Amino acid sequence: MKLNYGIWASLALVLFVFGLSNTNDYFFNVLNVLGLNSLVVLGLALLMGYAGQVSLGHAAFYGLGAYTSGILTAKYSLSPLLGIGAAQAVVLVSALLIGLPALRLKGHYLAMATLGFGVIVHVLFKETISLTGGPSGLVGIPPLQIFGFTLLSSREYFFLIWSLVLLILLFSLHLAHSPFGRALLALHDSEAATQALGYDTSRLKLLVFLLSASFAGLAGSLYAHFAMFISPTSFTFLHSVKLVTMVVIGGVASLWGALLGASVLSILPEVLTVFEDYDVLIFGAILVTIMIFLPDGLLKGLNNLWQKRKTHG
Amino acid sequence: MGELLQYFLSGLTSGAIYALIALGFTIIYNATEVINFAQGEFVMLGAMFMATFLGKMGLPLPVAFALSVGLTALIGILVERLTIYPARGASVITLIIITIGVSILLKGVAMFVWGKDSLAVPAFLGEEPIRLFGATIIPQSILILVVALVAVLGLEFFFKHTLTGQAMRACAANRLAARLLGIKVEPLVLLAFGVSAGLSAIAGVIISPITFATYDMGTMLGLKGFSAAVLGGLTSSFGAVAGGFLLGLLEALAAGFISSAYKDAAAFVILLLMLFLKPEGLFGQGEIKKL
Repeated sequence: MKLNYGIWASLALVLFVFGLSNTNDYFFNVLNVLGLNSLVVLGLALLMGYAGQVSLGHAAFYGLGAYTSGILTAKYSLSPLLGIGAAQAVVLVSALLIGLPALRLKGHYLAMATLGFGVIVHVLFKETISLTGGPSGLVGIPPLQIFGFTLLSSREYFFLIWSLVLLILLFSLHLAHSPFGRALLALHDSEAATQALGYDTSRLKLLVFLLSASFAGLAGSLYAHFAMFISPTSFTFLHSVKLVTMVVIGGVASLWGALLGASVLSILPEVLTVFEDYDVLIFGAILVTIMIFLPDGLLKGLNNLWQKRKTHG
Repeated sequence: MGELLQYFLSGLTSGAIYALIALGFTIIYNATEVINFAQGEFVMLGAMFMATFLGKMGLPLPVAFALSVGLTALIGILVERLTIYPARGASVITLIIITIGVSILLKGVAMFVWGKDSLAVPAFLGEEPIRLFGATIIPQSILILVVALVAVLGLEFFFKHTLTGQAMRACAANRLAARLLGIKVEPLVLLAFGVSAGLSAIAGVIISPITFATYDMGTMLGLKGFSAAVLGGLTSSFGAVAGGFLLGLLEALAAGFISSAYKDAAAFVILLLMLFLKPEGLFGQGEIKKL
């Protein structure tokens, strides 16, 4: 596996040209949401694809980032940058508290523990009304301000979000190819063998869990400022599931696959809105079909089909 | 005293429902090692069918009951054939996502067929509450307890005293060994899905006069039943029933003494404590580590 800067650079170029030439706010909004999902999914791909640990509670970290930023800036007039810093602290501390006991569990049990954590955090968002505004949501979140410059238009957020996605993608690609990343891959295949090689596997797992929570928290903070309104419905169990699905559908153990999965699952609902009430139904059907026929994910599955065609033709 | 008894009674009622759903999880897990995240949707389907057959069409109660449970069991079997069977041998996470996809799909179909409004289901025994040592209980709650008890005992009889039930237990214990003894595994897996879906449908049918039937009622009930199954150890059917009642009682006490707003969180706090302190559950067997 060699690091492929070519694809990264072309992606950056395409996004840059699109950002300058596009004038349709709707496209910007869709891509901004896709970018935020990508941030979360990159971390999840490191956690799931590389380290082999499942989390069904990442919407909670996304939500903790969003609510910490939102509450501190809307109610206590903290500057947005400081708010993002505080949100990172809150997310990391909660990830540490839940990660320490949960990461000792395996397979189904880890999935359940993270699921339980996600539901509890969601109930807290809904019920601590004096702080979060409860089910009707938190209003009055100011736009993002960086060194005196206020980001207002969707295009400005597009450039910010996607610069961060590209940076974090580059960071993650490097990480995946570092000794740390290879140790994670080893952990995926056999925890005992990795231990035998002298790695402290619980520390590895905790570190990548914290990293993925931090990415999710950052995405949440940005979401709060971009949307200027947050409500508990954005951070449900179903959203956690959707995030995991993005990783799996694209192809576990591939950061590019995760991005592909995020793109498919972020854009698909937009396309499906033409079917109105049928959209959920079709979404479910597509999900099941892909997982049955391409269990290794879209990236690998399509690649295999392509190879087959080449050898046949 | 009356207050405590009231919490206890409402805990028992929801506990009976959780126990039935948890049993459904356990049966499928034992047969296939799949955690079926669509389990809650079988509860919803049971309730929806009941709203149609009893509420709308006015069929006699036993007929409506049998039709609702039978049709849901059939859907359970179809789910196995169409989605789990083709993906057998896939990884844990792939199977989890498939069942979640099925859950989304079933919810979508239900919304399409029955609409988004909740449907009323008439009470089976009348609405007059019964007074009991300063607490009250509605007849439907007593019925829930009785039906759940009968279902659990019936299942126990089926697993212990019929050849098919014993074969299913053999498959759960060791699939290869069961096969060597000449047991055909595939039909039993189908049966497991049918029984599991049917049990959950019973839960949906008997709770529908209290909660009414809505297309999205299954998710939370499913997750609670799932917590109950984990509490009881995931593989033990006795554990699932005990876990269900324990979860219902603890939840009712938490709602009564702490705050009803956090009722939904209570179940999952209990789940987390259980997982962190004793992950194999109250009655499950510890997993043997294989290298």
